[in-house]
Amino acid sequence: MSAAGPRSGRGRRRGPASVVPEAEFRSYYGLPVLNRPTWKPLDIAGYLFLGGLAGASSALAAAVSTGAAPPPGRVRPGLVAPLRFGAAGAIGLSLVALVHDLGRPARFYNMMRVFKPSSPMSVGSWILSVYAPAAIGTAALDVVPLPGRLGPARRPLQHAAGLVAGLAGPAVATYTGVLISDTAVPAWHGGYREMPFYFASSASSAAGGLGLLTAPVDASAPARRLGVAGAVAELAVGRVMRARMGLAAETFERGRAGRLLRAAEALTAAGAGLALAGRRSRAVSVAAGAGLLAGSALTRFGVFHAGVASAEDPRYTVQPQRESLGSRPSEPPEPC
Amino acid sequence: MPVGTDPAAGAGWESHPARVGFFTDTSICIGCKACEVACKEWNQVPDDGLKFSGMSFDNSWGLGADTWRHVAFIEQRRPVAATGGAAGPASPPGAAGELRWLMSSDVCKHCTHAACLDVCPTGALFRTEFATVVVQSDVCNGCGYCVPACPYGVIDQRKEDGRVWKCTLCYDRLKDGMEPACAKACPTQSIQFGPLDQLRERAAGRLEDLQERGVTGARLYGDDPHDGVGGAGAFFLLLDDPEVYGLPPDPVVTTRDLPSMWKRAGLAALALAGAVIAAAR
Ligand code: SF4
Ligand code: SF4
Repeated sequence: MSAAGPRSGRGRRRGPASVVPEAEFRSYYGLPVLNRPTWKPLDIAGYLFLGGLAGASSALAAAVSTGAAPPPGRVRPGLVAPLRFGAAGAIGLSLVALVHDLGRPARFYNMMRVFKPSSPMSVGSWILSVYAPAAIGTAALDVVPLPGRLGPARRPLQHAAGLVAGLAGPAVATYTGVLISDTAVPAWHGGYREMPFYFASSASSAAGGLGLLTAPVDASAPARRLGVAGAVAELAVGRVMRARMGLAAETFERGRAGRLLRAAEALTAAGAGLALAGRRSRAVSVAAGAGLLAGSALTRFGVFHAGVASAEDPRYTVQPQRESLGSRPSEPPEPC
Repeated sequence: MPVGTDPAAGAGWESHPARVGFFTDTSICIGCKACEVACKEWNQVPDDGLKFSGMSFDNSWGLGADTWRHVAFIEQRRPVAATGGAAGPASPPGAAGELRWLMSSDVCKHCTHAACLDVCPTGALFRTEFATVVVQSDVCNGCGYCVPACPYGVIDQRKEDGRVWKCTLCYDRLKDGMEPACAKACPTQSIQFGPLDQLRERAAGRLEDLQERGVTGARLYGDDPHDGVGGAGAFFLLLDDPEVYGLPPDPVVTTRDLPSMWKRAGLAALALAGAVIAAAR
């Protein structure tokens, strides 16, 4: 087969050859069918991580600080404050990343021009418009005193803002699963059933990690529980997603995405293990928290790159669609 | 969504002209690229460099921000009898055959259910009164969501500019009662413009004609209102599998699954809230 002919087989931009012989498929010179996502990995994969971290942290902070008249020993200021500050910082950085990723950053406000339920990005913008001020306000009220007569309103105001952030947080952490699945990218759309659960787990693991990293051991029990549960769910849901995805699941195992996701799994598992082992040790808890946070971040970058790889190889677009048509490709003629 | 919908009415146009589109009959395309040139000239689409591809006569690679018509060239060795236009004597069956040169001018499909339009968060992408899909460049903020949403790899971001661009089906010309520049320039009428239902009828006739003449590989692509995008506003007569031309064999608008995605996201959010409350106790 000449290099110039329309070819069957692997696309030109692929990594190392796999050992499994691959089924025939036809394409236009091995070029991708889809256009490559224009999103910058650091901005958008970074946002998937930071948004999840922020949303789950706000939820945890609200749940911990809202317990019905908690007995004195169970108020956990040592946990709530760092979660609030972490959430505010993460969502602040997220907004910067999201605006930075736009082709026309100065037009970011057009995101609020319409409300479109058919666009997860529109829905997400409106969710963020509620969540981000609440999360940032909650943290700010810890440090910024209210002027004069408003002073006494500070605590109730903070409590209310924290509740709003805590209620919107889970939406922030899960809509991003819809955001990336609602595309033609095979590895993203192919995971649409599991992606919101995958991201919710990853967000829980990250928020738990943040609590373990920052709170003293006598206050961090809720973070420990959430982190371990999130990590276990993340590992399980990730596997289920890949098992059900079909052909594009390969992109989660190969190349850069494969390396990122293997590292993510190792870090998440190690983080969960340390979190269980380190109930009394601050040092072990810090290591556990760092592992969970890093694992969650690498998961998002891995998912991002798997999607890009699946868009860049026509096989992941053509072959499943052929199968869904229930027809075999025509016998390829001899190329010239 | 119901079949046979009226996309312009669905988008809120109360009275509107008939839905228009393209029927690109690739069996009579001669690969002259007049459409590519006319499109660039009329729409003032910037130069995007000339990169030698080695892919037959194709040096524009595919559709993108600065290529709104793209002519694909595919060289095959196949008995001449199997080609479309040639009425000459057939080669003996099974002969190695001569060169068969497939050419096809690709364009935005102006989908009935357009993913790009569905996912656009700013409303920059909209449905015109002609039921075509157009980007308002004064609204687009370059979020890039439409790019991975398009199942055909049509719309793309212009780097220097930040916004996305694609075929407008010459919205400006349509408003003045003129046909799009590419169809006007096509010397063989491979690109036909007109009301979509008329084009569909004409295409069905042409397909029958070709099949009667023994062109077994001929098929219509994108003409079926029951397909995954509810039928394309720009559809094709092809002589080989769609993927050979770089087209997806069975594209589906991604938002078809969106209700299910939202439901799952809602469940996931509830699960997360539940986990958090359980962990905090
Ligand atoms: S082909 Fe792509 S860019 Fe054109 S209308 Fe359909 S989804 Fe939009
Ligand atoms: S890049 Fe422009 S046209 Fe595309 S989805 Fe974003 S705002 Fe809409």
